[in-house]
Amino acid sequence: MQTELFINGRVHRLEADARTTLLDALRHHLGLTGTKKGCDHGQCGACTVLVDGRRVNACLTLACMCDGSEITTIEGIGEPGALSPLQSAFIAHDGFQCGYCTPGQICSATAMMDEIAAGWPSHATGDLNAPVTTSAEEIRERMSGNLCRCACYPNIVDAILEVQG
Amino acid sequence: MREFQYSRASSVSDAVASGATFIAGGTNLLDLMKHEIMSPGRVVDISRLDLDRIEAEGEGLRIGALVRNSDLAADLRVRRDYPVLSRALLAGASGQLRNMATTGGNLLQRTRCPYFYDTATPCNKRDPGTGCSAIGGVSRMNAVLGVSDACIAAHPSDMAVAMMVLDAVVEVEGPAGTRRIPIGAFYRLPGDTPHIETVLEPGDLITAVLLPAPKPGEHRYRKVRDRASYAFALVSVAAVVRMDGDVIGDAALAFGGLAPMPWRVPAAEAALRGQQPSAALFDRAADLALEGAKPQEGNAFKLPLTRRTLAVTLAEACGLEDMQ
Repeated sequence: MQTELFINGRVHRLEADARTTLLDALRHHLGLTGTKKGCDHGQCGACTVLVDGRRVNACLTLACMCDGSEITTIEGIGEPGALSPLQSAFIAHDGFQCGYCTPGQICSATAMMDEIAAGWPSHATGDLNAPVTTSAEEIRERMSGNLCRCACYPNIVDAILEVQG
Repeated sequence: MREFQYSRASSVSDAVASGATFIAGGTNLLDLMKHEIMSPGRVVDISRLDLDRIEAEGEGLRIGALVRNSDLAADLRVRRDYPVLSRALLAGASGQLRNMATTGGNLLQRTRCPYFYDTATPCNKRDPGTGCSAIGGVSRMNAVLGVSDACIAAHPSDMAVAMMVLDAVVEVEGPAGTRRIPIGAFYRLPGDTPHIETVLEPGDLITAVLLPAPKPGEHRYRKVRDRASYAFALVSVAAVVRMDGDVIGDAALAFGGLAPMPWRVPAAEAALRGQQPSAALFDRAADLALEGAKPQEGNAFKLPLTRRTLAVTLAEACGLEDMQ
């Protein structure tokens, strides 16, 4: 299968078996190892990337289905010396211990802030027809697809709240 | 994952003619293919077909089969007129999965019975004729209603429970043309063929789900699960209740986590109509809803749990603050 992917603003041409997930394409074929493989079954969120601006589990996405899509990985969110506000906030609030889930947490939170800005409600939203207000409860619910085995959840929520406000 | 031939459908008729396994969101199918529980030889990608719009139709809504769960939950018309559907969608999966999962795919998702997933154990749904490991096994997530001696798997969808309470209609394009199937007639109980889960035939493609005119009244979706978020239902209740003065004018109820399909009991709804809401009345509705239940030792807790979940959901919908 030939697939063209626009990753972090650069075109990548991929020649791979149809079975190749976007996660394996990023890590094994294209050398973008910032995206992590946790469960490989959509349960942990470590592989979260943005496809056409939306957060998805790269492990449950076939690379060939993304032909022509714009993909943002942690490498495209920020880099040493030019961190995104969320990345800085994760450092300031100690939002990680081992760091394995962190790229997924930051990609997920980046897209989640766009979802809040677009007015999407969540399970924690009291009134479906009122503007969404940010709270720790909202952040916890919206980030439930990203597990952290070090249980840094309180600091992750604090980091996101600092940026989301 | 077993090897498969991948191609992209250029039209609905192209997809239907292929007779292949369809992939759209892929969140359930790819998971099952990785476990080799499903091993299709040909996979046709329908994700770019023009089936991703939500449009007014008559007094209701036409939801394209490829509308993502997150878009459907956030749609202003759904939030205003069909809030039970938004609530059910938002109670399911994670933000990432809702961005991928589609309306059609959600209806067709497979059970999360642990034995269906464990290819080392017998399972009549996965390997017809091998037996059911859940009967007498670990059955916490399994069904208590509509089960058979061959299978006690539960349907895992939250969205489908809301679709059931809303009397949704599934539009299907097949080799013989278009047909519209009320969701109540869409699923099949396991009987002795638990591997056949719906009335769909090979080549059939869901193109839309149609919602009739909005149901007036209070819309509620209450889900009980093992963790606060991102877990399948032990029990869920979808309720639409319209009060008529101090009596219940109309009530529709559907249950998740209890049966091989979203479960609706007309007798329980009829028992509520024209009655003053009370704890005794809700208990009577629960008796009727749970009639014929065949629990296992490991999931008998679902009977009292359903009773209590129904009571608190109805109390809320009827405005009985003091019962909660």
